[in-house]
Amino acid sequence: MKTSSFTAIALCTALLVAGTTSALVTNDYFFSASYTVLQFVVLATAWNILGGFTGYVNFGSAAFFALGAYSSIVLDKLFEAPITLSILSGTAVAALVGLGMGYLTLRLRGVFFAIATLAFAEVLFTFVVNWDYVGGARGAYVVLQGRPPLGFRSFVQFLFAIMALMAAGAVAIARFVQTSTLGLGLAAIRDDEVAAECSGVPTLRLKLVSTTVSGGLMGMAGATFPYFLSYVEPHGVFSLSYAVNSIAMPLIGGMYDWAGPVIGALLLGGLQQVLQVNVSADWNLFLVGALLVVFVTIAPHGIMGWTFRRGRRARPT
Amino acid sequence: MSGALLVAKGVTKRFGGFVALGGVDLSVGAGERVGLIGPNGSGKSTLVNCIAGTVRGGGSIEFDGHDLAPLPPHRRIRLGIARSFQIPRPFASMTVLDNLRIPLLYAARAHPLLQRSRGRETEEALSILRQVGLEAKAGRLSRELTQVDMRKLELARAIASHPKLLVADEALAGLSASEVDEILAILLEMKGRGVAVILIEHMMRAVLRFSERIAVLVVGRKIADGPAETVLRDPAVERAYLGQ
Repeated sequence: MKTSSFTAIALCTALLVAGTTSALVTNDYFFSASYTVLQFVVLATAWNILGGFTGYVNFGSAAFFALGAYSSIVLDKLFEAPITLSILSGTAVAALVGLGMGYLTLRLRGVFFAIATLAFAEVLFTFVVNWDYVGGARGAYVVLQGRPPLGFRSFVQFLFAIMALMAAGAVAIARFVQTSTLGLGLAAIRDDEVAAECSGVPTLRLKLVSTTVSGGLMGMAGATFPYFLSYVEPHGVFSLSYAVNSIAMPLIGGMYDWAGPVIGALLLGGLQQVLQVNVSADWNLFLVGALLVVFVTIAPHGIMGWTFRRGRRARPT
Repeated sequence: MSGALLVAKGVTKRFGGFVALGGVDLSVGAGERVGLIGPNGSGKSTLVNCIAGTVRGGGSIEFDGHDLAPLPPHRRIRLGIARSFQIPRPFASMTVLDNLRIPLLYAARAHPLLQRSRGRETEEALSILRQVGLEAKAGRLSRELTQVDMRKLELARAIASHPKLLVADEALAGLSASEVDEILAILLEMKGRGVAVILIEHMMRAVLRFSERIAVLVVGRKIADGPAETVLRDPAVERAYLGQ
């Protein structure tokens, strides 16, 4: 299927789901939970472009997510920017930072790169905690006022619809990356960077594209977060759960295919929401850890790899 | 050598206090078949790495009139320098066919980012696989190949970049006599395409059969360079291989 057709179908499906559920479901918790799950679809898909397709494990997902969130806060404080502008700027800021971080760190490999991304998240966290304009450690409020636009009954419904569109867009981008020449080059880097370079792949340039797209999509997911919660504080937005879930979801779904992170996010994110309501929010990370152990042991290529005979058709020709 | 394709002058490389290459000169003409021999640790692979760009050394290397010093490996292969690795390095998660599509898309074409990965390169990859006898395994994962097939894949991947010079680093290591013949046939066929080949090898039977010229490295220095019969009678070469 062509990328344009896939993108159109994905966006139409997102619109259809958002429209139908808005008309039929009256309980706002459904939209709140679904927003969170879809947010993880975007985060996991974004992480997988660098971690799964390119083979560079990023522990700094929360930092890019926070960049998107704090971009929205800054714009709201400056001139109460519309949400679309916040999303665009959050994406752009995180993409630019991704490019810069990539330029500084992509000569590192393996665990050294992973530690560098973790350090980057800590540096950004410290910076935000000490930045008074965005509330510092106290946090900041962003309140959507007036009536929800486009006939939605509540803002959470509206934000759910936006997140559904962003998830569809992120998945379409990931699929395009995987099936294009770019994706083939990224897969070569993941398999053997020296052999890739000696086969003509401009490895540094492609890795920079990967960090930029991955960072931008994470920032996009974070840009609506302040509107969703109305309140953002550094410990919440830089939470370990974003970094852990961003890695765990593609690992569980399968990292070699665009569908893997989607499956992982829907499964793990959905289960977390069920646990949160029926048992306790504290069980979320336990569930992630337990599932990770199970999948790393019995299905290291995730659900997609398992389905396609343990990765035999990881990249169909 | 006037009009040489590759001209390496005074190539040096140190690893800490160890001098791997102590000023090596090497020229290769277009379509020429050169055997590069020497005992283990003599600097053969280091020289290949300097030519391919995976290791940066001193001295100067020119290829087809271009100074290679500022160029990263991916730019060098686009100029026409392909290499195979001593230990095969296939793209393990990909099929044999996709392994060839990488150099076809990135080394043999311009502006790869603007292109889709499915197109004519698939036919070309299959054609190359047919030449090296891997067509039937095009859809298999490369990590499942046998040793000889991995060697063939290495060469096929190099061929796919449309090289002017192929550096085959111990492409025959660990193969049986019949498998050696298979790989040699592929290398000899390169002459017909006008591709120069540097064959690094310990197996003298194969080197003699293949090479028009032989260069000998010992502890990072070139001690002989010329026709096979002359080089092998050189007392310095005899000393290097057989001792005093």
